[in-house]
Amino acid sequence: MELFNSESKKIISDPINVNNPISLQVLGICSALAVTIRLDQAIIMTLAVIFVLCSSNVILSVIRNYIPTRVRIVIMLSVIASLVSVVDELLKAYLYDMSKQLSVFVGLIITNCIIMGRAEAFALKNGPSKAFLDGLGNGLGYGLIIIVVSFFRELFGAGTITLPDGGAGYVLWSIPESWYAAGYENIGLLVLSPGAFIILGLVIWVQREFAGVEEDA
Amino acid sequence: MYSLEHYLSIFTKAVFIENIVLAYFLGLCSFLAISKRIDASVGIGLAVVVVLTITAPINWVLWEYLLAKGALVWISDDFIDTDLGFLKLIVFISVIAAMVQLVEMFMERFSQSLYNSLGIFLPLIAVNCSILGGSLFMVEREYTISETVVYGFGSGVGFFLAIVALASIRYRIRYSNIPPRLRGVGMAMLLTGLLSMAFMAFSGIDL
Repeated sequence: MELFNSESKKIISDPINVNNPISLQVLGICSALAVTIRLDQAIIMTLAVIFVLCSSNVILSVIRNYIPTRVRIVIMLSVIASLVSVVDELLKAYLYDMSKQLSVFVGLIITNCIIMGRAEAFALKNGPSKAFLDGLGNGLGYGLIIIVVSFFRELFGAGTITLPDGGAGYVLWSIPESWYAAGYENIGLLVLSPGAFIILGLVIWVQREFAGVEEDA
Repeated sequence: MYSLEHYLSIFTKAVFIENIVLAYFLGLCSFLAISKRIDASVGIGLAVVVVLTITAPINWVLWEYLLAKGALVWISDDFIDTDLGFLKLIVFISVIAAMVQLVEMFMERFSQSLYNSLGIFLPLIAVNCSILGGSLFMVEREYTISETVVYGFGSGVGFFLAIVALASIRYRIRYSNIPPRLRGVGMAMLLTGLLSMAFMAFSGIDL
């Protein structure tokens, strides 16, 4: 199978736009909100999710013909839990500050419905290379949404833009003091949890306008 | 031993101030999917209360006597430096999956009516982040066993309150004129934001 024919391109691009995991499949929202206070947290989380999603999709797709249907949930959970433990330990070893900030939410990638959902809906029915592309596409779709949400939350809530580095994050840009002196104020609500819900609600709305999808009720 | 007030304070904190859905964003997938119907919301809310109250203490026992650093000293002093903490995620999720299965079988055997109303929601709960999140928070905050029971029960009640409240609001706005692309999940998110803001009014209450 050729890697970059139109079918595999579709597998990658669909979940970024018309079949986005967060705004259209409504999967993996839990972690999407908790890690969006700062941009660097969202980027690291995206990388972690892409790694787990691609690996779990490939592993489960390779062994898909040997998994009895009745116990597949347990098998999926144990594969995913092992991968997440690896990510958790890696973060603790190399990015300790970041792993402290993300706290329990790295562990919660296990119950992130995107990973179970894609394993169930795609990896158990398709070959490894397609499953890898599907994992990559869905991971990018997830990342797109949480990076947009965290960008707005951090910029308007805390007045900074932070990129990840080895330690506590590298501040790329922050709102200059003169703006505050001229009367500009940060919107404190965005840093708190209601801000996350409202921003994500609006982002989903915008994303659906682009994708041209609507649901009833 | 702590006084009753201490437990009451943990309980109110878990239900209102640090509500597991509205402040920590856990369990949102089922929260959004099921809040379309009130009766289903009550069902899954009760199931979460039951499963969280059971799994949190079990995981506490496993953490304290098996996984934490130096937890194995009850076998022999040689294990004082053994740290099995890295196995925590796998152990916790297996306990949760197994307990959900057990609770389901138990209900089917002893209470047919309860099984009929909750049965279909139980398998969903194994992958509900609020259950695993409850256990992980319990480890992170170093609760004792009795605090864990109260915390697990309180978090469950918090989830129950939040999902029933959202389901009722969505029921009320069925015929409202919402922009078509905002309907469904988008609107539910905005409503959850308002609910979360309302729950923030509880913060600062200290018992």
